[in-house]
Amino acid sequence: MSRVLMRGNEAIAEAAIRSGLKCYFCYPITPQGELVEYMARELPKRGGVFLQAESEVAAINMVYGAAAAGVRAMTSSSSPGISLKQEGISYIAMARLPCVIVNMMRGGPGLGNIAPAQGDYFQATKGGGHGDYHLIVLAPSTVPEAAELVRLAFELSDRYRVPAMILADGMIGQMMEPVELPEPVEPEDIPERPWAVTGAKGRPKNVITSFDLEPEGLKEMSLALQETYREIERNEVRWEEVETEDAELLIVAYGTMGRIAKTVVRLARQEGIKVGLLRPITLWPFPYEPVRELAERVRTVLTVELSAGQMWEDVRLAVEGRAETPFYGELGGVVPSPKRILEEVRKYVG
Amino acid sequence: MSVEAAIPEGYVKVFSKPKALSDAKYTYCPGCHHGIITRLVAEAIDELGILERTVGISPVGCAVFLDRFFNCDFVQAAHGRACAVATGIKRARPDLVVFTYQGDGDLAAIGAAETVHAANRGENITVIFVNNGVYGMTGGEMAPTTLPGQRTTTTPLGREPRLHGYPLKISEMLAQLEGPAYITRQAVFDYRHIVRAKQAILKAFRNQLEGKGFSLVEILSTCPTNWRMTPVEAGRWVAEHVVKVYPLGDLKDVG
Ligand SMILES: Cc1ncc(C[n+]2csc(CCOP(=O)(O)OP(=O)(O)O)c2C)c(N)n1
Ligand code: SF4
Ligand SMILES: [Mg+2]
Repeated sequence: MSRVLMRGNEAIAEAAIRSGLKCYFCYPITPQGELVEYMARELPKRGGVFLQAESEVAAINMVYGAAAAGVRAMTSSSSPGISLKQEGISYIAMARLPCVIVNMMRGGPGLGNIAPAQGDYFQATKGGGHGDYHLIVLAPSTVPEAAELVRLAFELSDRYRVPAMILADGMIGQMMEPVELPEPVEPEDIPERPWAVTGAKGRPKNVITSFDLEPEGLKEMSLALQETYREIERNEVRWEEVETEDAELLIVAYGTMGRIAKTVVRLARQEGIKVGLLRPITLWPFPYEPVRELAERVRTVLTVELSAGQMWEDVRLAVEGRAETPFYGELGGVVPSPKRILEEVRKYVG
Repeated sequence: MSVEAAIPEGYVKVFSKPKALSDAKYTYCPGCHHGIITRLVAEAIDELGILERTVGISPVGCAVFLDRFFNCDFVQAAHGRACAVATGIKRARPDLVVFTYQGDGDLAAIGAAETVHAANRGENITVIFVNNGVYGMTGGEMAPTTLPGQRTTTTPLGREPRLHGYPLKISEMLAQLEGPAYITRQAVFDYRHIVRAKQAILKAFRNQLEGKGFSLVEILSTCPTNWRMTPVEAGRWVAEHVVKVYPLGDLKDVG
């Protein structure tokens, strides 16, 4: 493993290349410009394809094509661009193609701004486009974790033939931290893709489609997809706990807010307030069970987000009345200080 | 694979289905030119011997079932995005022969940007563009290619260019770009034109094999069902009226 100082966006790009990325398609948008530029510089040198598309719509459909052809493919964007990709992502999900999509969220709705925000949680975790589908959604809270989760995103996406999303924001994208980069994968480590369109030579033809006009046929495809989702829910829930053993108040926060919440836990403990943190790493599948178990032991489960309360809905579904479930959120790209969150914590303890 | 009936003594086989076509029944309406065009593409694939390395991209439109008709690998694309999907496949695996087959709504309306930019990049793909002047699959609404005065379900009084726009001559537009190698407009309303269209399709595939880049064959087609004509009347309509707005012939050919 090599340890280097890197920006989040660059670490994601480098980790993707080391994960055997063959094709990357993009359309420029802040705050993930460094990712695009890194790919433009590095990927062609290392045997991959970099292509700046005419739009996010085109970029995701190029990913659809490259993934159908059986190579590791990726695109990255930020909120408005991810909205444009939704039809394509829905096709990719139903066509059972693996790929990785990076969303460096920004403030919204509309053009919003480029400051850190978490307003795309619903879109990322509840499907986003049309139809009954999910993405595997991974939320890093540090630069090294971003690099690690990129590798995991490719692996899980391949294993389940479900597209995976890295969900972060400009804070993670632009901050510099020391990173342990993953070792480059060998081509033989990438799972075979007997279903890919590579030319029907010596085998029956392969067809990549999300379409079946017959309700019974489409139902079958949909049920197979749902079965995969249940399997992912059983096997792939990931989260981190900080000082939860004796906690009286549990903070649930992810990504940038998860990182800030760690400082809140430390500050609160210095004051003798027993605060713990549960930081979901997979937003889908959401760690319902771990949140539920902790909710049995604490009085308060405080959700903290850079949104009007999106993950909060999942937290309440998990807690189901076992504890009180207040919410604190900031909007518009305002990032609260640990002290500000501590004030919020104090409302519910003592 | 097809079930070959035994040829009786004294008979000679003069006509058969291209190997590139499966036994699946066409879903096109009887007499629709889509059927002829699909067959011509299959014949071209046979003649070039490229079936085992060809990937087709079906559009959303009456050709959405194309993957069933062919014996090669296929990808079904979102409405209008076939050229972007083709780009992804071709860039990932340049050894494959990649073709799209798209209607006029698909290629010239919702997918105009993807078409223009794939052409402008000179993507080394083959595009079969079936222009029937309407949205066939959804029930005969106006397409960007609909003729002035033509009645459709969304222009019940006829297309009024000042209100609904003019017929979009996307092949002429594409021919202005530096990227494409070959842009041509053909028709299949009689034998002579079918033979020419076939030659154009062959050339568009050969260009790809030779690495010449983006080649598009527009084919003036019919929609007897939504035009409310018999197949014979529809063919005659193309020969007499449609070709006046969309003249046949090569628009660009780098040789
Ligand atoms: C995003 C999206 N918008 C609209 C449709 C509905 N739709 C299906 S086919 C079609 C038009 C097809 O017309 P054309 O491309 O000319 O093909 P044709 O059927 O005439 O061969 C439309 C609008 C769709 N499937 N997806
Ligand atoms: S609706 Fe029109 S274009 Fe479509 S198959 Fe029928 S006749 Fe052909
Ligand atoms: Mg049409």
